[in-house]
Amino acid sequence: MSIQIACKNVSLGYEGSIVTEDLSFSVSSGDYLYILGENGSGKSTLVKALLGLKPQISGEITRGEGVAAGQIGYLPQQTVVQRDFPASVREIVLSGCLSKSGLRPFYTAAERASANAAMERLGITGLAKRCYRELSGGQQQRVLLARALCAAGKILLLDEPVTGLDPKAQVDLYEMIGKLNSEGVTIIMVSHDVGAAMRYASHILHIGSHKQLFFGTAEDYAKSSVGRTFIASEEAENDD
Amino acid sequence: MTEIISTLHEFFQFSFVRYAFIVGLLIALCSSLLGVTLVLKRFSFIGDGLSHVAFGAMSVAAVTSLTNQNLIVLPVTLISAILLLRTGQNTRIKGDAAVAMISVGALAIGYMLMNIFPTSGNISADVCSTLFGSFSILALKPSDVRLCVIMSIIVIGTFIFFYNKIFAVTFDESFAKATGVKAELYNTLIAVITALIIVLAMNLVGSLLISALIIFPALSAMRLFRSFRSVIICSAVVSVVCAAAGILLSILVSTPVGSTIVVADLAVFLVFSLISKAVRRSVK
Ligand SMILES: Nc1ncnc2c1ncn2[C@@H]1O[C@H](COP(=O)(O)OP(=O)(O)O)[C@@H](O)[C@H]1O
Ligand SMILES: [Mg+2]
Repeated sequence: MSIQIACKNVSLGYEGSIVTEDLSFSVSSGDYLYILGENGSGKSTLVKALLGLKPQISGEITRGEGVAAGQIGYLPQQTVVQRDFPASVREIVLSGCLSKSGLRPFYTAAERASANAAMERLGITGLAKRCYRELSGGQQQRVLLARALCAAGKILLLDEPVTGLDPKAQVDLYEMIGKLNSEGVTIIMVSHDVGAAMRYASHILHIGSHKQLFFGTAEDYAKSSVGRTFIASEEAENDD
Repeated sequence: MTEIISTLHEFFQFSFVRYAFIVGLLIALCSSLLGVTLVLKRFSFIGDGLSHVAFGAMSVAAVTSLTNQNLIVLPVTLISAILLLRTGQNTRIKGDAAVAMISVGALAIGYMLMNIFPTSGNISADVCSTLFGSFSILALKPSDVRLCVIMSIIVIGTFIFFYNKIFAVTFDESFAKATGVKAELYNTLIAVITALIIVLAMNLVGSLLISALIIFPALSAMRLFRSFRSVIICSAVVSVVCAAAGILLSILVSTPVGSTIVVADLAVFLVFSLISKAVRRSVK
């Protein structure tokens, strides 16, 4: 269980305004970390910091071996692809290999093979020649997951991947991500779906307004007062 | 039919016709390659703005009666391309306003200068040929052709070399950045190549019609094809064929070269739209 990413007293924000302060947590290989929090609490901002796209205001982010910036598989929140974008599934999955290709203008046979393997793993081999925009929401997310796998086989960072999917597609995607985790891929999942978090997560990071409310194992979270309140409020909402 | 062929055969005896053909096809090829990316990234406004900037720069060059106009036009257009891209990225609305300001401003200054310092007796003809392309494509010197060939090789080579990165940055910039692709660098590269193409294409179709050369083949290809690569290839073929047809037609029936090419592009767009409608209907 080696630590892959550790944050110590990290504060994040945009041009002077602090979004969230004093985050301290760590992710070890094989973990399934859920980052919970209301809209606007700074989850996506944290994701950008973990990816190395956005420097933190203060604090320290350390990355272990093989998870340097650029080696983390990323599934952005709502990839806004224009409605008329022509791109085949294979083209998109292959573009995940760019992180390793440096200045080389073409993909190698090994990279093509890894793209094929990623598609196989996510059950989308049959869609390889299809146009991305003609797929269902669930299929599209699988394509983007396969692309993330090509970029990094060890750790995936997923920003609200099930948003906008119908319930069945949500369950399918959760199962798929759970399967990848059981195969040893570290998962960091951003969500506000506490139900799914209790089902799949090994660890939970809960961000409130401007501060960290909880970090620990999912079991401890369910027993904590923060966790119990949040779970109860979500259940009440679902009963409406 | 045989009559037409013999006329064409006769025309191709002239070196200026061959030059026009080479230059025309190369420009069409270059602009169509970039066109797909520009359309998909919603950057086509940059092409439009730049062409007006190039017009302004061209009139300044004409007024100062520089022998090599490109000495002014090229750097001005390049710098504007980078500036427009920067402002366009910050906030959408401000970017659009900036483009409108720069392009209309450049048009006004250009037209004013041409009037204050007329270089020939016929200002409206000068303006018209700068805006809509001139017959100067039929009066190319070997040095013009050489410049065009070199620039085209640079553009096409850059495009092929960075094809995969350009795809990634066009499709999903945030993912590309996360995997360590220098998205800003490639955006700048795209803007710079666009500026090169616009300067090249000024002579062929004029500054008002350049956007058409960039956008139409891409839009046509997107009607029929579903993968990035096939759209690029189709767009290149459409653009080259339309340019060839346009140049030939303009020689045969002596219409203006630029607008004939654009009309051919428009015709293909309409045909492709109809085909895609028909295909979709038959699928349903
Ligand atoms: N590019 C940005 N510039 C300035 N503020 C931003 C930017 N992106 C997000 N914010 C602000 O940061 C806060 C957190 O946003 P975000 O990280 O997207 O939240 P979440 O993903 O949890 O919904 C919000 O108040 C948002 O307005
Ligand atoms: Mg978010």
